Amino acid sequence: MQLFPCPFCGPRPETEFHFGGEAGKTRPEPAPDVTAADWSRFLHLNRNPKGETKEIWLHLTCHEFFLLERDTATHAVLGARSLRKGEPAATAASDGEAEAHTPETTFAAEAGS
Amino acid sequence: MAGRYSGFHLLREGFRGHTGWRPAWRDAEPKPAYDAVIVGGGGHGLATAYYLAKNHGMSRVAVIEKGWLGGGNTGRNTTTIRSNYFYPESVALYDFALRLYEGLGRELNYNIMLSQRGVVTVSHSEAEMEIAARIVNAMRINGVDAELLTPAQVLEKLPLLNTSDRARYPVYGGVWQGRAGVARHDAVAWGYARKASGFGVDIIQNCEVLGFIVENGRCVGVETSRGKIRAGAVGLAVAGHSSVLAQKAGFALPIRSFSLQAMVSEPVKPCLDTVLLYLGTGTYLFQSSKGEIVVGGGIDRVPSYAQRGNLPVQGTVVSGMLEMLPSFGQLKLLRQWAGNVDVVPDSSPLIGPSPLPGLYLNCGWGTGGFKAIPAGGWLLAHLIATGSHHEVSRPFDLDRFARGALIDEAAGSGIAH
Repeated sequence: MQLFPCPFCGPRPETEFHFGGEAGKTRPEPAPDVTAADWSRFLHLNRNPKGETKEIWLHLTCHEFFLLERDTATHAVLGARSLRKGEPAATAASDGEAEAHTPETTFAAEAGS
Repeated sequence: MAGRYSGFHLLREGFRGHTGWRPAWRDAEPKPAYDAVIVGGGGHGLATAYYLAKNHGMSRVAVIEKGWLGGGNTGRNTTTIRSNYFYPESVALYDFALRLYEGLGRELNYNIMLSQRGVVTVSHSEAEMEIAARIVNAMRINGVDAELLTPAQVLEKLPLLNTSDRARYPVYGGVWQGRAGVARHDAVAWGYARKASGFGVDIIQNCEVLGFIVENGRCVGVETSRGKIRAGAVGLAVAGHSSVLAQKAGFALPIRSFSLQAMVSEPVKPCLDTVLLYLGTGTYLFQSSKGEIVVGGGIDRVPSYAQRGNLPVQGTVVSGMLEMLPSFGQLKLLRQWAGNVDVVPDSSPLIGPSPLPGLYLNCGWGTGGFKAIPAGGWLLAHLIATGSHHEVSRPFDLDRFARGALIDEAAGSGIAH
């Protein structure tokens, strides 16, 4: 059983968590201007990286969504961070602001949009 | 190169102390250019090379493999073959594969040990029986054999099932597909490799793709750990690593990768002669030719490339087995392993041109790629040779996501992959 760090509850068994999706995806707006291709890209395309990744997870018991940094090749947990502004990280995180993390631009570039 | 395999051949070698066997296929060195390069030396890649040569007369073809032949999901899956799907598009695809499997041993002159022992999918309530009837009807309308079983018929086939009053998932009936079964996974890879190699296809192992050569917006080859290889067209059949290769080619796919684990028990005497799946537990199992009980279930719910499963899912799978067959509590587990599977939102594969011209996809088979190997190879070969879709692969194009034309088999037939 692997332990995942919840920023609110501390280390808890992996079975208490639910994967929410890759971090950094931004819903295209405004809706009337979004093409089917753009909407499909937002909804379905994933970077799905081998190695370090940032993901949104839900801790099912406290119902908080948070940012989890993991390595998909080794299963190592690199850090967890609240998505609320001003909340501290649960464990040492590797870089800056949770709200301003960069995957959205990286994702857009790599998805070829 | 090996000659034709036959009973006489085996007898003669028996008398000669088995000194006359030759390698089944040629371990080739990369050449600078081919008409087509297939990335991935598993079942789908090798089948693609074989059908390129056989159906389209293309033999200047290379299959390049990062590790060793059949060492990825082809060597890790639980070898079940079936076509009990809901949508016409899926049945056309998976039953095409099953029909090809039915003649494959003879066609390849290689014993793939196809055993059409049937699959029983057990349901546990009146509501589930209605869904089961719906699937049976859909399969029959699509021209595939299917039968609805009563509890007595299920227990006649599977006398060891849990019939206790306290069973969490009582036997309420089931779906039977008699043509379904299992085959020997390594033999499928080796059979295709041997025939493809016989047609002149180069099978190149320990050759990792590092990037794609793109000229004028078109893929014209691959950069590998063993140098550049130019190609008229490139096919991608790299289950478990499709997103990694797609990223090197500059696009993203609607895929998430997960670990799927399986395990086998010690070998025991024959006690289970069909493939068994419970809708309630999600655990499925059958007995291998060696007598081992092969057990599998759902994917680990943590995105992963680790090729190893975590303990919670193993616990779920094993406890599911004990609910289904309490007497199997005496078994000792011998091995447990996992492969990476590429899961697509609608649980159907991606077959078609990629966003990069000249590069074609055969991926996203989720947990069910083995059963589709002959069809996947046939269809990717058709795409590479003609540049356009076969009518069976057309619905599985990447464009279905923007068109909203998903083929949602997780919702359609309750098959979770």
